[in-house]
Amino acid sequence: MPEQPGAVWIIVEQNGSMLAEVTLELLGKARELAALGGGSHVSAVLLGNNTGILAGELIVHGADKVIFIDDPRLELYQNDTYGLVLTELVKKHRPEIVLFSASYCGSELSATVAAKLETGLAAHCVDLNINDRGELVQVVPAFGGMVLGDIFCPIERPQMASVKPGMFSKPDRDTTRTGEVIKETASILDGYESPLKAVRVVQKQPAGLPLEKAATVVAGGWGVGQDTWPYLNQLAGALSGAVGCTRPALDEGWAEGEHAMIGTSGKTVRPQVYIGFGVSGSTHHIAGMKDSKVIININKDPEAPIFQVSDYGAVVDAKELLPLLLKKIGEHKEK
Amino acid sequence: MNIAVCIKPVPDPGHYHRITIDPATKLLERKGIPTIINPVDKNAVEAALQLKEQLGGKVVLVSMAPPDARETLKEGLAMGADEAYLLSDRAFAGADTLATARVLAAGLKKIGELDLILTGSESADGGTNHIPSQVGELMGFAHLNHVTELSMEASTIKIKTKIENGYVEYQGRLPLALGVAREINTPRYTTLMGVVMAQNKPFTTWGPGDLGLAPANTGLAGSPTQPGDLHMPQHGRRAELLEGAPEDMAGKIVAILRNAGVLA
Repeated sequence: MPEQPGAVWIIVEQNGSMLAEVTLELLGKARELAALGGGSHVSAVLLGNNTGILAGELIVHGADKVIFIDDPRLELYQNDTYGLVLTELVKKHRPEIVLFSASYCGSELSATVAAKLETGLAAHCVDLNINDRGELVQVVPAFGGMVLGDIFCPIERPQMASVKPGMFSKPDRDTTRTGEVIKETASILDGYESPLKAVRVVQKQPAGLPLEKAATVVAGGWGVGQDTWPYLNQLAGALSGAVGCTRPALDEGWAEGEHAMIGTSGKTVRPQVYIGFGVSGSTHHIAGMKDSKVIININKDPEAPIFQVSDYGAVVDAKELLPLLLKKIGEHKEK
Repeated sequence: MNIAVCIKPVPDPGHYHRITIDPATKLLERKGIPTIINPVDKNAVEAALQLKEQLGGKVVLVSMAPPDARETLKEGLAMGADEAYLLSDRAFAGADTLATARVLAAGLKKIGELDLILTGSESADGGTNHIPSQVGELMGFAHLNHVTELSMEASTIKIKTKIENGYVEYQGRLPLALGVAREINTPRYTTLMGVVMAQNKPFTTWGPGDLGLAPANTGLAGSPTQPGDLHMPQHGRRAELLEGAPEDMAGKIVAILRNAGVLA
């Protein structure tokens, strides 16, 4: 049975026992869009094996319905199986809008489903809205975040978008909310054999505070240099924050790993304070940090583009300033 | 082993800060910004050449782009690819990812039997990540994106893809369409000999008629998504420069951190 007109779907990302933060962020945005679209409802689509426990959490975070398939064949994400199942669900229920996370898996899955349905997909949206014609306005970055463009999908349905983690805020839990759980099956997979099989998933949560949860982000770029890099860790420690980096610093191997990279192909952060050292300000990096509350940058080049995205700037070599800053913080704490 | 690599000419990402929007026409101004091969597409060419060196066969390059993309394709030929196909026509302009994938898939089908289609995982300009999956879908090939390792043993292909904080290992069989990530390899440089040899390699240009595509299915007309306004993000910040000797600057930063509530 088709959903009532205007349904907004979000595709759930989970690890079996926990919902990804981005899924909750999408739920919050989906509620806003449903309200703008004339009081339509929000459905969360949950695919997995033994993940039913998450349905309640989806409802208290804003879902009116949870469309749920529990099947051992969906234990691991694969774009072929997930793509087939989701495409069937869309054809059956005909939602107006479908939102995906723009994680590695979500980007791939959204592109797969859009091609199967021959509908439009806007990638890595930084904002979503409904215009006065009732269309989804999808704001996407191009040229590494240098330009933002509005994208519409005027004719085909559903209108589909992917959204990077960290773009929208999470709604509060509301335990008084109630919703409906609709069970569906993955019968489209009966007799289907994947030409590609996921044989192993290896994931390691990085040690320490995740970058996107830190109130203070200490970021390092090319201008820091290998020898000075350990000072960033000390500074982050002193401020109970986390260390992030730019692409060149990651390529040099100074930073801990890909999870520390801030930018269009890395994390989006919006901490209380971002403090950057030796960061020149490529558009890719700026796209990932520009929404931080207070932005401080230290760079010896007064022309560095990063100063245009800073509240405070210090024109000095990061190598010189970092030890002095640590000393001053130490003195302050002793007082 | 017949491998096709889809490559895209893009404005050099090192110059993106020079891109502006014409306030009157609302069109992008990118004068004087050089065009290069989309950086990660070079990793795709390298991966294809390595497989060819191991298993034999042929590497063909395919691009949907304006006629001046000839130079971009020649650079791929100079790296060692065997043939190039430029899919070019005014009717292809303004294509979104699905309309682009349709043209690429039509070209790939016309080229003939293919075992593997490689692309970069994303383009530097649009950055959607859609093309590897959408070309794969339209070709009817299984597909993966963000591939960081790739090896062939007998008839089994082993693949590693990136996920948040980790990776997934896959095993499968050809044919496949794969989007490669920059971690997969270091692309080789072109040599003078390569550049000279590239001049004599087969180069074919096809338009919509050659590909059996109706103009209504290509370019802006064939795109389910349509562009609206462009904006330059307004950051609205003007750095207050901290004066004084470095030690004074450090002191001022401590005060800012205290005011922001991140230093007790």
